[in-house]
Amino acid sequence: MSQAELAIETRGLTKQFGSYAAVKSIDLSVPHGSVFGFLGPNGSGKTTTIRMLLGLASPTSGEARVLGASMPRENATVLPRVGALVEGPGFYPYLSGADNLRRLDSADRYAPSRTRSARVADALERVGLSATAAKKVKAYSLGMKQRLGIANALLTPRELLILDEPTNGLDPQGTREVRTLVRSLALQGTTIFVSSHLLAEIEQICTHAAVMSAGNLVAQGTLDELRQVGRPRVRVSTADVPLATAVLEKFGMTVVPPTGDGDDLVAVLGDASVEPDAIVVALVRARVRVRGFAVETPSLEDRFVSLTGEGFNVDH
Amino acid sequence: MLAALAAVPILIAIAVRVTRAGSGGGAGPAFLDRIENNGLFVVFVALGVCVPLFLPLTVGVVAGDTIAGEASHGTLRYLLIAPAGRIRLLAVKYVGAAVFSLAATLVVCIAGAAIGFILFPSGSVALLSGDSVSIVDALGRSLLIALYVTVSLLGLSAIGLFLSTLTDVPVGAMAATIIFSVASEVLDQLPQLDWLHPWLFSNYWLGFGDFLRDPISWNAFGQNAALQAGYIIVFAALAYGRFAAKDILS
Repeated sequence: MSQAELAIETRGLTKQFGSYAAVKSIDLSVPHGSVFGFLGPNGSGKTTTIRMLLGLASPTSGEARVLGASMPRENATVLPRVGALVEGPGFYPYLSGADNLRRLDSADRYAPSRTRSARVADALERVGLSATAAKKVKAYSLGMKQRLGIANALLTPRELLILDEPTNGLDPQGTREVRTLVRSLALQGTTIFVSSHLLAEIEQICTHAAVMSAGNLVAQGTLDELRQVGRPRVRVSTADVPLATAVLEKFGMTVVPPTGDGDDLVAVLGDASVEPDAIVVALVRARVRVRGFAVETPSLEDRFVSLTGEGFNVDH
Repeated sequence: MLAALAAVPILIAIAVRVTRAGSGGGAGPAFLDRIENNGLFVVFVALGVCVPLFLPLTVGVVAGDTIAGEASHGTLRYLLIAPAGRIRLLAVKYVGAAVFSLAATLVVCIAGAAIGFILFPSGSVALLSGDSVSIVDALGRSLLIALYVTVSLLGLSAIGLFLSTLTDVPVGAMAATIIFSVASEVLDQLPQLDWLHPWLFSNYWLGFGDFLRDPISWNAFGQNAALQAGYIIVFAALAYGRFAAKDILS
């Protein structure tokens, strides 16, 4: 893909904190106009990457290009075209929501002050905060602060939105609204880079995704590409495990024996040349008592888990 | 903080008024014994009391909070991606601290003049050099003194700004700034460190008495301004050096 088509491009982007590498030489390619899901468990380097993309932190090595310009050197020309929510919202507790937005907008040299009030009101309207705009932020709930953070990213028309965990702390209704908002912005041509540790949230709105694990970029591509990497499997439910295993192995398939009592037999459907129908016929001919048979394509969720590992441990 | 500053001259004036009978000549802060002759001296006494401690304290709080306060609220990253520009943000923050210094000094002056004129006689003012000047002239001199005190605090504000770029904890930067000011004043008291005194930012803090002589001596003002400018240049450069390439992880 040529450079002009990439909204975000990194080459060997690395961030080292002392001896600890938070981000290890990642090559991101985010096409213009995509809704790009940036996935990974907590502590996998997502926010550090986003900080480098926004020029808040400088890379230890490697390069980050955002909207065709090198960061952090060209901060001043790039950032007015980028709206962002980074690691949760940050506001003055003693100012109202609207005043906080006005203050941040006035920090942007390129935002016209003439239209400030109208733009602030419009941004608040889009995130459903119009009614509480005059309330002090300290009275806001976490979800309301999160919405205010998103409103801040929408103060001026942006070419690129970088949203770090935008649905954190939102109720299901709010999560749905954010999804709708992201879709409508994407329709207008805004590129959206959205990070999350919840795959389910992203799967519904993204066209592309990348997966981070312990500072490495372990997968990236369109959602379909990512799904295809996982090979389809067959799941056989039967009491005759040894017999069924023998039949499946004759087809050259790798069989994962059932882990528990009454569990199913799972085998990877190696080459596509094996017809699932033929497997069933062979099983029945061998007098395997088949209780159930299914061909499964691994969900993105399975793929995500296999890439990042399961469990609660934060890998370093 | 401004209200607390305004309370200082009011307390002084009331204390002098209430204990009028027993005030021994010469004891207590400078100019204290002159208050009864003219209310305007409340201003000078109050500044004399506030300059060594109270004003540096409030300036330390404001200057120490500049960058570290934004970091602790999580607003620093949003200001920078707005984008505010790092140099511009430092400049705006420093101007803010300087304006506070001016406001704080003016609050002491205005509150002092107001309470002084309510409780004590006004009229022509006897200067330290013995001459008398009209009240209008004296008020003009008060404004010059306020300007002098404000300029005196600019160096400390720059130190606070620099310290504020070092941390995400505003209280730490505030405390460090105030410690700097106290340390400078302590060193200024030691005769053994005579050679160092002209370089201490607090050296000319109490030099505003020059404006109460006729003719006005501008020596202290010039030396003070040059010294404060030096501190501003050095600490603004340090703040820029620290902040321009700093990773904002707050």
